[in-house]
Amino acid sequence: MNQPAVDPKLDPHSEAFLHRLMQRQLRLSIACAATFVIALIALPMLNYYAPELMSRRIFGFTLTWFVLGVLFFPFVWVISYFFIKRSIALEEGEARSVQNSGENVQ
Amino acid sequence: MNIDPWILTFSALTVVATIWMGFWSAKRSKTAHDFFVAGRSVSVGWNASAISGEYLSAASFMGVAGMVMSSGYDALWYPVCYACGYLFLLLFIAGPLRRFGAYTIPDFAEGRFDSPLFRKIAVTFVLFIGFFYTMPQMKGAGTTLAYIFPGLPYWAGVVLVGAVITLNVALGGMKGITLVQAFQYWLKMFAISVPVFVLMAVYGHYGKQVGHNTHAVPAFDQMPVAMANWSSGEEVRKPLPEKAPRDATWIRPFGPLTTKPAQAAGLSAEQGRPYSLLYTYSLIIALVCGTAGLPHILVRFYTNPDGVAAKRTTMWVMILIGVFYLFPPVFGVMGRNLLPELYAASGAKGTDKIVLELPRILNAKVPMLGSIMSGITCAGAFAAFMSTFSGLLVSITGALAHDIYGRILRPRSTPDERMKAFKLFAVVGGVCAILLGFLVEHFEINKLVGWAFAIAATSYFPLLFLSTWWRKITMKGAATGMLVGGTLSLAAIASTMFADQAGWAAGLKAWFARHPLERTLAEQPAIWALPLAIILMLIISKLTQRSVPSDIRMKMLVLHAPEKLGLKQEYIQEHQSGH
Repeated sequence: MNQPAVDPKLDPHSEAFLHRLMQRQLRLSIACAATFVIALIALPMLNYYAPELMSRRIFGFTLTWFVLGVLFFPFVWVISYFFIKRSIALEEGEARSVQNSGENVQ
Repeated sequence: MNIDPWILTFSALTVVATIWMGFWSAKRSKTAHDFFVAGRSVSVGWNASAISGEYLSAASFMGVAGMVMSSGYDALWYPVCYACGYLFLLLFIAGPLRRFGAYTIPDFAEGRFDSPLFRKIAVTFVLFIGFFYTMPQMKGAGTTLAYIFPGLPYWAGVVLVGAVITLNVALGGMKGITLVQAFQYWLKMFAISVPVFVLMAVYGHYGKQVGHNTHAVPAFDQMPVAMANWSSGEEVRKPLPEKAPRDATWIRPFGPLTTKPAQAAGLSAEQGRPYSLLYTYSLIIALVCGTAGLPHILVRFYTNPDGVAAKRTTMWVMILIGVFYLFPPVFGVMGRNLLPELYAASGAKGTDKIVLELPRILNAKVPMLGSIMSGITCAGAFAAFMSTFSGLLVSITGALAHDIYGRILRPRSTPDERMKAFKLFAVVGGVCAILLGFLVEHFEINKLVGWAFAIAATSYFPLLFLSTWWRKITMKGAATGMLVGGTLSLAAIASTMFADQAGWAAGLKAWFARHPLERTLAEQPAIWALPLAIILMLIISKLTQRSVPSDIRMKMLVLHAPEKLGLKQEYIQEHQSGH
């Protein structure tokens, strides 16, 4: 299996493969986490620095109540849907390229 | 004694259905494997319903509504973070953990660091968080039974519910539990949503109810006028008792919950705001990271067939519980307008029972409708603390039977002996939980659960996060960080609990009253304990680099490479020949 003809990035036992795999996964996870964390940091900040804006009424709710108690849930669903789609695609691509290169060598 | 027949019937049906399902599934789970992880063959839909059913505890069903009623906007962080914390679990932990494949978190700890010692350390935290989380469930049980049977002492409810679940777990194991949990999610969803829709149809929708909380409140001294309006049907709100927070503080951020330390110190509203902001952030960290470190939730990811299914399951869990969490705050808001009498009472008679009591006011409009709706929410409350308690008991029992008995005490025991041990330890764990339940009658349900999250966030979360993503972490680093972070945050939380409740800690209470910053940081320790745990893990791992497992690259591959490549089998073979 481990013949020099194989691209080191496609040999699962090489350092390069693992490094690239983890880096790609981590980059995706961090991008999604950042979107979520920014929202979590921003809402208390807005409450703190713009109390008038956040206490405006929408459908009876204050703006900040509406954002936190209603809109926050769908926001997180969208992030997780995006993440799952991308991470499954990433895994399948990775598995396919390794298997293809294995067949080429044999 | 004035027992409502509808409420009794619905509650009794829930209990009987739970017991029956336990017995029914006991016939189907025969092997030791079934008992621990349900044969690893649970589909995404079942598993997502079961995880959600297990997760929605007495705190979610009763505590959130009660806390929104008593504290207003600030309490909204609890339901939102309970639901959204799953995102961290999904992004960083669910997939790798499932690929690594182990029965429990201690299995993972041992396998990841090749260290049986670390297993023992990790087991203590399963038990610790498990029992901490169990206490509020017991309080929910005691409160609900005291509502159904007025006059019944608190401890009787704790004993009754504790005994039923212990029996169920001892007979059915995890396979039974998966089925019961999934059923109970849908029961809870039904029980929280239907009464809300009926109440909103009669008294006005969610936004309208929040909208009633403008600054023009009928104050306590104008009560007769307001009462007259109320009975003539003009006023949609009842007057607030003196103990209730005023509208302006209740509806705005940084209200009664987060300003408490600053208020105790006598600071003005303006001076107290920075402490409230700090409190809010620390609470968010505890809840979001704590979800990703709860042992009784994590163990369920092993019942997924593979990492992809684990991710899909998490996504569905987020949707199922997110929809659920829209409803409890509605009860809190409506309770403030329609049943403010509860503000005047405390403990088991206070706002914690708003979900049970509120639907009953419908009786005034349509006879019996209120009793039926209240019966439905009581059934939901039973489902809530029964399912969470059984999940906790399975993971506590699993830790005792699988880790302490099967690995440490009697490593050569037969599968049959381990099954017997599982049943025995289920009874031991159940009895301990009941005894602990007696102690917490005067604590708020939701706050107790929030603290269990804080301990998980400062011990398991950094452990799981760094061991899946950082290959240079060592056993010593991980263990030190987990122990120091977890124990210090526990000590800080316990100090505020004692200061508030115990007579001998009056000196501490006075000291906290003079030091609002320290009080805030002690009540919500996640903001300093989580970074501390991570820094300790980084530094000590750097100092002990020689003890990084020799096959670390292979371990990381198993954690991260797609399962299709079959690296897991290779790893097992190498591991068996190498050691």
